[in-house]
Amino acid sequence: MTTLPKSTDRKLGLVIDLDTCVGCHACVISCKGWNTENYGAPLSDTDAYGSDPSGTFLNRVHSYEVQPEQGEAQLIHFPKSCLHCDDAPCVTVCPTGASYKRVEDGIVLVNESDCIGCGLCAWACPYGAREMDAVEKVMKKCTLCVDRIYNENLPEEDREPACVRTCPAGARHFGDFADPDSNVSKLTAERGGMDLMPEQGTKPVNQYLPPRPKDTLSEGAGDIDILAPYLEPVAQEAKGFLGWLDKTLEKL
Amino acid sequence: MHPAPSVIFFTVFSGIGFGLLTFLGLGYPAVTGWMAFAFFVIAYLCAVGGLISSTFHLGRPERAMKAFTQWRSSWLSREGVCAVIALIVMALYGMGLVFFGQRWGLLGLIGAIFSLLTVFTTSMIYTQLKSIPRWNSPLTPAMFLSFSMAGGALLAGQVRWAMALIAISGVIQVVLWVQGDGALKNSGTTLATATGLGNRGSVRAFEPPHTGTNYLLREFAFVVGRKHSMKLRIISFVLMVVLPVLLLAAAPFSHGLALLAVISHVAGALASRWLFFAEAEHVVGLYYGKR
Repeated sequence: MTTLPKSTDRKLGLVIDLDTCVGCHACVISCKGWNTENYGAPLSDTDAYGSDPSGTFLNRVHSYEVQPEQGEAQLIHFPKSCLHCDDAPCVTVCPTGASYKRVEDGIVLVNESDCIGCGLCAWACPYGAREMDAVEKVMKKCTLCVDRIYNENLPEEDREPACVRTCPAGARHFGDFADPDSNVSKLTAERGGMDLMPEQGTKPVNQYLPPRPKDTLSEGAGDIDILAPYLEPVAQEAKGFLGWLDKTLEKL
Repeated sequence: MHPAPSVIFFTVFSGIGFGLLTFLGLGYPAVTGWMAFAFFVIAYLCAVGGLISSTFHLGRPERAMKAFTQWRSSWLSREGVCAVIALIVMALYGMGLVFFGQRWGLLGLIGAIFSLLTVFTTSMIYTQLKSIPRWNSPLTPAMFLSFSMAGGALLAGQVRWAMALIAISGVIQVVLWVQGDGALKNSGTTLATATGLGNRGSVRAFEPPHTGTNYLLREFAFVVGRKHSMKLRIISFVLMVVLPVLLLAAAPFSHGLALLAVISHVAGALASRWLFFAEAEHVVGLYYGKR
């Protein structure tokens, strides 16, 4: 059924900390690995060793430069995957019922055996979270590792999405946003978690934590270091042959 | 947006086909027997041919029947349902005209309504997408419906109607172009809101997630050169509006000129539909610094 549930019992999702992400792309690789080897159609690559390689990914890391009005520019790594929106436009457009949002935990999934590969859900998603697999011809998207988080065959510490489990910087957190005392709810409240494209009205579940201000290089210019005076250039005027050459060329 | 030929052909020809069915359903022209048969064959070739071509862009066309199930929420599903109802009702109505010389008016009216509903549902597939601000406008259904009716009137040989409807569709098209040019800006979605970093300074895409291309870039980041877009708009407008109206207005009226008008209008409509897709900016392009 492609009508959205009025509310979901739990709201599972991710908190992504833009302050901590170092842009190593480990989450991209672990996501690709897990979701190729496990649930659903594998994430294909085409022309992987050729001149025009292309592949399906459920998680991609962009990098942005932010230039404040004053001060230094800051580089921010920006991982992006499905935000499991409360008002998911990708679900309601699906003609076959392949796309759905689960009532029990709010995860947005695709039933691949019902998908006709029309691509309309990918058109409807403003975030680019859905990709049509070039080989399987069905729509692929983040499952929030639904085959890990409830998987009792895995050790308990592995029962979280592959991207969260693998992140070496601890920039990704998984939890239930419906519970105000969960780790993700607390983080969001403490750090001012934000929605992406709020004006699109999708009510994303995943939250992004803004980077803390970092660079203060330009503050207190002229008072860089107590050793700075000793680092002043010693020779102000060039002497010898080079000095003569400089002056001669200057005259020409 | 990537302008897929199958979708361009589908929307143009099924629009014209259902437009012709609308006029036939309302009894214009009032034909029976073999003449009616000829009209219905043309209408069904356009409408059904368009529908079949639309399945070419599906990844898994063998499961297409499942698309009739989600009419409660999905405009694409509603389109399928309306199209099937329209085609079945109009087939019964056409049988009456062709084989029994009878015009079952109520059936024709129902068929005409569902033909127009099919075109409307098609247009809503595009209109509903907030992610593509250029399409997210009430003018999109107005454009699709006016094109469909204009093409239908032209094929139905309703010269006065055709001239009026072509002129109306031309006006709507121009307004849609002008409005569309500011749509992304007016939507309020920018790289600043997409990343949530806008209150810290000006945001610039520094490095994409990968060195190659991907599905998102192929499908959504198609960019048509501004210069070419203006030329194509003029060519399309002349072909679909100016030439057909002049040809229809020419006295004395002849079938040869009418055929030329049809060819010119359809060519112009195809160009305009190509632009409809090619010029549409999906907001995901912002993440890649492509807008």
